[in-house]
Amino acid sequence: MTKEAILGAIRRGLKRGPLPGDQAAMLRERMAHPPRHLIPARSQVPRPDQIALLVRNIEKEFGTVTRVADSGEVPEAVAGYLAGQNLPSSLVMAPHPELRAIPWSSRPLLLIREGRAEATDLVSLQHGFAAVAETGTLMLPSAPERPTTLNLLADTAVVVLRASRVVGAYEDAWDLLRAENHDALTGGFMPRNVMFVTGPSRSADIEQTLELGAHGPRRLHVVLIEDDPAARAA
Amino acid sequence: MLTTSPEFKTNAHNALADAGLQKALAFSKPQFMARRSAAVANLPEFESLRDIGRDIKNHALANLDFYLETFEDNVQRAGGHVHWCSTADDARAAVLEICRKADARTVTKGKSMISEELGINAHLEANGIAPIETDLGEYIIQLRHETPSHIIAPAFHLNREDWEAQFRLSHTDLPVDRVFAERRDILTEARGKLREKFLAADVGITGANFLIAETGSSVIVTNEGNGDLTQTLPRVHIALASVEKVVPTLEDATSLLRILARSATGQDFSVYTTFSTGGRRAGDLDGPQEYHVVIVDAGRSAMMGTEFQEMLRCIRCAACMNHCPVYGAVGGHAYGWVYPGPMGSVLTPSLIGVDKAGHLPNASTFCGKCESVCPVKIPLPKMMRHWREREFERHLQPGGIRTNLALWAYFARRPGLYRLATRMGAAAMGLMGRRRGRFSSLPLAGGWTAGRDLPAPEGDTFFARYAREQRASPVAERQAK
Ligand code: SF4
Repeated sequence: MTKEAILGAIRRGLKRGPLPGDQAAMLRERMAHPPRHLIPARSQVPRPDQIALLVRNIEKEFGTVTRVADSGEVPEAVAGYLAGQNLPSSLVMAPHPELRAIPWSSRPLLLIREGRAEATDLVSLQHGFAAVAETGTLMLPSAPERPTTLNLLADTAVVVLRASRVVGAYEDAWDLLRAENHDALTGGFMPRNVMFVTGPSRSADIEQTLELGAHGPRRLHVVLIEDDPAARAA
Repeated sequence: MLTTSPEFKTNAHNALADAGLQKALAFSKPQFMARRSAAVANLPEFESLRDIGRDIKNHALANLDFYLETFEDNVQRAGGHVHWCSTADDARAAVLEICRKADARTVTKGKSMISEELGINAHLEANGIAPIETDLGEYIIQLRHETPSHIIAPAFHLNREDWEAQFRLSHTDLPVDRVFAERRDILTEARGKLREKFLAADVGITGANFLIAETGSSVIVTNEGNGDLTQTLPRVHIALASVEKVVPTLEDATSLLRILARSATGQDFSVYTTFSTGGRRAGDLDGPQEYHVVIVDAGRSAMMGTEFQEMLRCIRCAACMNHCPVYGAVGGHAYGWVYPGPMGSVLTPSLIGVDKAGHLPNASTFCGKCESVCPVKIPLPKMMRHWREREFERHLQPGGIRTNLALWAYFARRPGLYRLATRMGAAAMGLMGRRRGRFSSLPLAGGWTAGRDLPAPEGDTFFARYAREQRASPVAERQAK
């Protein structure tokens, strides 16, 4: 059998048979409690600085950010952003309870459809699960209420993110996922897909010169809800 | 993929005379180097992270059998399928069978070097299935019926004019008088063309930067978003990965990701880093129904336990070729197979045989730059030397090189003579090469320089300079007292 042939060849190279039980148990233990390696110091700063670092990094990667005081201000922020970019005021929104709870009726001209994105959608509105200040990276795990196509298909991707969900390092984001997400199929925490998104899509394939707007969104806009008192102290 | 590695010398000769290629190399290479050094300067922990990266990969390789089996268990738990393939033939057959079962007519593809290595596209085409490359660089390479010339920038050898000309030739349904005023216009046209393909494809094939044993996930890293559209929209997703891609945990992969993008494109993080685990879950509104991982050996297991095992740490960042004077002079196609530059010079003889790729380990000036930038600290020059030694032992070398090596060995065993001889040689070469900093021809070494440039010594030998600097250094003075 091919599998056995490959494993056998690897073991011959390693000059041993299958791992003895105690060693395998140690490796299983390492996976059950994955050790963290060195975390760069840049994100290990007080909360307000962490949020500022996130915003700075998103902007450095050609994304944009609007900070709002509470979810009541989100409709205005979204409508204002779309108008400012001369974009239509219709969008496809993730069917996430937090997004549904936003008082969209305050902006009746926003045309909202819930669901996954289709190729014809120009603007998508996604729910931000968490964000990593270290590099300005959004963590977007798939779920029925957070479809992956919303990260990819529209020309303009808008993400609503709560400041309390901003963490320093990727490892902190994994910890949130490990603690909060339950995958019914595997009994573990990994959903079908976890996307880390850092800025809008781009390519440097033509003469190694960066151009924005490859196959994914041309614009990435984050509406950041200041729901974290510790972070607001800035 | 077919190889022209045995013709390295002729390839290199032609490359040096190719004006378009030389223009592209001169334009692009300095940019890669500058971006990497800026990114590294921005992360004080970078050097420590290289040690960590090396150790993580060493740990994974030392327990490779265990982690591969764990990976398979976890893929199956998530409803996915693992296909074990010893050879390129097995892998091509496995991919074709999955595509046939899915009744596939078209297949979109994310950029994958292992796919190039296995020749997936030709095999699918021969069996009536149309593969469509969706990474911008891979797309134009496919239109031009070429192979990639770089592992992260497949169209490294092309200039803007080449893109325009090819798009006019291939996209005949678009107005002939359209203007490509900026690079962006080229990108926009490709985006429009490929959108339809993404939506129509039955199967999406990607590579994998990492496999995670702990979760049974495959990881891809892209900037364009094409890899994600490829693995999200079609009904079936196939991830191709060679055996050494597996790492134990998400934390391990995360540490490696910190050094990957910085070493590759000089970004702090790529735009899209995506972990795929199984197919669509109950209630999901999108994502593939089926998830397959094709695990390929194709020569890797034979490197385990040899002096080339460390090469399996490679995370395919391309820093070694971006900083290599030989790659910078001849480009990627001269190397004649999938993997160019220093990593290719070590890997290609391992994978296709030293009889075919024996010239590649000679394509080095031994300047050591590749090893000094490699994020997982692979001793590339040492391994190239191993290949040279093996080749020498097998007497595969043409007589001239053998004589020169024997001569070098004679001097090397007699340090006094060696110093004298190299000092004379270096002084003379320094005078001759001063103007350009590189030799494109050398007396008595025509066979060597016909296909390579030798960096001009700065008129001094290492020994002489070392002795002088020791004398000048206060520490040395103190020690001398
Ligand atoms: S050998 Fe090192 S520098 Fe070269 S591609 Fe591999 S990881 Fe990168």
